[in-house]
Formats: sequence, C-alpha cells, structure tokens
Amino acid sequence: MLLKKSANNRILGSQITPEDVYLNRRSILKSLGIVAATGLSLNSHAGIFDQLLGNDTPSEKAPRKPLAYTPGTLDPGLILTPESKVINHNNFYEFGTNKTDPARNSQHLKTEPWTLTVEGEVEKPGTIDVWELMETAQLEERIYRMRCVEAWSMVIPWLGIELGPLLKKFKPTSRAKYVAFETLYDPEQMPGQKSRYLGGGIDYPYVEGLRIDEAMHPLTTLALGLYGKTLPPQNGAPVRLVVPWKYGFKGIKSIVKIRLVEKQPPVTWNILAPHEYGFYANVNPSVDHPRWSQASERFIGEGGAFSSSRQKTLMFNGYADEVASLYSGLDLRKYF
Amino acid sequence: MTAHQMLKPGRKTSNTLRVCVHIGALAPLLWLYWAIPQGVLGADPVKELTHFLGIGALRLLLLTLCISPLARALKFGLLVRLRRPLGLWCFVWAALHFSTWLALDLTFEWSLIGEELIKRTYILVGLLALLLLLALAITSIPKLMRSMGKRWKQLHRTIYVIALLVCLHFWWSVKSGWIEPCSYLIIALYLLWLRRDSIMSYVHFKHRPVAHDNGASS
Repeated sequence: MLLKKSANNRILGSQITPEDVYLNRRSILKSLGIVAATGLSLNSHAGIFDQLLGNDTPSEKAPRKPLAYTPGTLDPGLILTPESKVINHNNFYEFGTNKTDPARNSQHLKTEPWTLTVEGEVEKPGTIDVWELMETAQLEERIYRMRCVEAWSMVIPWLGIELGPLLKKFKPTSRAKYVAFETLYDPEQMPGQKSRYLGGGIDYPYVEGLRIDEAMHPLTTLALGLYGKTLPPQNGAPVRLVVPWKYGFKGIKSIVKIRLVEKQPPVTWNILAPHEYGFYANVNPSVDHPRWSQASERFIGEGGAFSSSRQKTLMFNGYADEVASLYSGLDLRKYF
Repeated sequence: MTAHQMLKPGRKTSNTLRVCVHIGALAPLLWLYWAIPQGVLGADPVKELTHFLGIGALRLLLLTLCISPLARALKFGLLVRLRRPLGLWCFVWAALHFSTWLALDLTFEWSLIGEELIKRTYILVGLLALLLLLALAITSIPKLMRSMGKRWKQLHRTIYVIALLVCLHFWWSVKSGWIEPCSYLIIALYLLWLRRDSIMSYVHFKHRPVAHDNGASS
C-alpha cells in the first residue's frame, strides 16, 4: 500500500517514545512488589498501580493499517504530541474512565466491517462502508490542536476527509438544521456500557451534535486515521469526528449513525451535567468550567511531570479566524 | 507483675507495626521519585500524580481513624501508637498533593492560583482541610502535646471534620461517577458513627459553656 511520507512525518518519527522503552517500564514495575503491599492499589482511580500489578497486560494490540494520504502542514510554533501519548491517553468512557483504560480494554473491538448510516432530513438516506471509504477517498492529513475540556491539550496529525462534502452527497433538505451523531452501542464489546461504574454513569449510546453550518465548515473532519495509520480503537476506530475549535468531547468516536435533524439534538455530556457542558462547547478561555479555569491548559508533549508546560488557551482553540464568523451575534457565555 | 510482662510483647508488636507504617507510607513516595522520571505516570503525569497523592492522603486519613476502634475491638491498646505516624504521613501526602497542584499543575502562576482558589470552592475546601491537618501535625510535637493538656484532645478531634471536608473535596472534584467518592464518604461516616458517643459528648461539651454565657449575660 502506498504510504506517502512528508518531511514533517520524518522529523516526527524521532519524537515518538521508542516502544521498547514504553514496554520495558512495565516489567520493571512488576518486579517492584513493595507498593502492592501497601494496599494502595485497590482502587480503580490509581491507574498507575493497575499497571504496576500487571492488570493491564495488553491484549494483542489491534493492528493498524498504513493509509495513503496527502501530507498536511504543521503550523509554525506547534509541536506534535508523541504518538505513544496520543494513543495511550484517551477519554473513551465506553472502555473505562481512566485515561489508560481505553487503550487497555478496547483492542478487541471489531471495527471491520463498519457501516455508517446517514438518515433523517436528507433526500437520499443511505449507508457508507467505512473501509471502502478509506480505500477510495482522498485522505488528507490535518494537523490540529486538540483541547480537552479537562484543560489539557495535544497536537495530533489526523487523517480523514472533510465532513461537509460527504454529507452533501446525501442531499440534506432545507429542514436539516442540525447534525446528530451516535457511537456504537454494543455492551458486549464495550464494558463501560455494561457497567455504570466502569462507564462513569453515562447513559449510552454516546451522542453528539453540531449545527449544520458547523458540520459543513471546512475544518470539520471525519477522521479515519492518525499518525499515518488507521485509528486505534481507543481513539475511536474506525471513524470519528474532529472539530478542532471545540472541546475534545465533541469529537464523538466509533460513529455508526449520522442523522440530519431540524431541532437541536441532545448531547451526552450536556445531558449528564447541563450546567457544566453546553451544546456548543466552543473552546473559550474566558468562559470557565464551573469547577476549573479554562484560561490555560497543560500541553501534553515530550516531557514528563517536571517539565510539564502550561500555555494560554486560545479563543476557538486558535481557529478564531476561520470560525468566529459562525457565531457573530451569539452570546458565547450563554451558549457555552 | 504479670500485667507488666503482658505489655512487653504488645509494645514489641506495636513497634513493628509502626515501622511498617513508616515503610508503607514512604515506599510509594520513593517509588514515585524513581517512577516520575521514567514516565510511568502516563501522558498527563501531573494529573495522575495529583490524584495519586490525594487519594493516598485520604486513605491514610481513614486508616488513622480506623486505629482507635480497632484497638478497642482487638483489646490491643498499644495500637493507638500508630495514630501519630499515620496522621503525620497523611499530612505529608496531603502537602505533596497540594504542592503538586501548586508547582507542577499551575506552575506557580500566582494570579491563576489566586483565581482558582477564589472560584473553585472544592479547592478551598481541600486547602482548609490541609491547614487543619497542618495544625494537628504541628501540635503532634510531644512537648506541645503535653503542654496543651486537655485542649490538645479537643483540637485533635478536628480530624472528624477534616475527614468530611476531604470526602467533600474529592466528590466535588471528580468529573463524573459518584460511586468512588461515595464509597470513601460511607467509610468515613461509618468510622465517625463508631465514635458517635464521643462526638456527641464533645458537641454537648462545647455547647454548654455557650449556654452558660448566654445565661450570665442576659
């Protein structure tokens, strides 16, 4: 399979934590039995100790296929988050609420074949064979900032296609004012959907939504891969949404259904805590989360704990020039 | 004479247990010292470290509260000698938890720190608990303990309030899911319920002089 390598990608290879270093730490940890004896490891919150005890013996890593794509550009001043961190630090509550849970619990997810249904206010409802799309579509590399609502951020080289042109193929009607997305619901494969404790008390399936103009915006991407290969399950394989000017939770993973609708659709985090998470969820440093400031963020880059860096959060996550016009006249404090 | 002989092995056991407490509370910190530079804490090590230290401090606090009921149940009075080291280690872990937030998360950005403290009530609750713990830690110096006499016991009953503050701080801080913070709260409430008589008499003891004063002034 053709794998185009950009200059960017070559530089990036050296920034990735070597896998042997990453794997080696576990064996060192397992040999250190003392901490287990302190009884501090009984808790699910202490993800580090799960690793220590070897609870996370990763099942065979789901294979990722290399993809052909048009290389993108890295905006000046941005540094890529190493691939090992992008694929081991995830919020995907369907596989557990700890950041390392998804990588641990999702490797068996059956992503092939995968059908994405497009329905609702469209003239030609239909389905998309996602793996066929991966073969036939001209994939672009899009290097975006990713800002989590929890005040950390990454820079990720996604591979995907623009959502707008894809939706247009299904001919949205004039009543299509919003786009609703839905994640796979399969408790047998997703332990978080089976147990409320593992799943963080969320009512599944996970649902998200965009206004139609947001969905049609050229920055809005349907991602099928990252770092040159197909998505790993923990990042939302085989197909997920990327809306770079919004908080990360808008980027719904493992999508099975897209429905064009007339009324604003319900969205998962807003249902769970309406005063904390709005429908829009635009990155906005001047509108704080009720329990923490959104003015700055910890960038997840190369370094460890003692070289952690905090940076100012940018309006619309740095994409204000492109998207601010979508919201002219809207009170962003009210519609957060 | 026989009583004296009975005490000896008890003292030995409690000494051994004290050593275990010190090792148990120190070992994970030494492990962190090694693990942090190795990148073991994952992609967002600051968050992980903060949680780890905070949860550890809460567990040490609950463990401290377990000692008295356990000593009574086992009829092993010398077990109470574990309270002081456990309580002090709880303070150390809590102080490290706070320092991590201050130094590594907010990187000493004082304007941000001030803003966060004002706006985030759960952080303020945590800080209040830490300051109370500090007071208890300082007054654990044997000399101060003796000179404070009765008031020492009164002050150290604040640990019950601290336990509730810390549980509140934890519950308030989690993004979702109530089962974990709730289970800590239930354990704390159970440990307080075990000493309900002592707590009630303390509350009454505190109220009586107030009532008396009122009577005198009116």
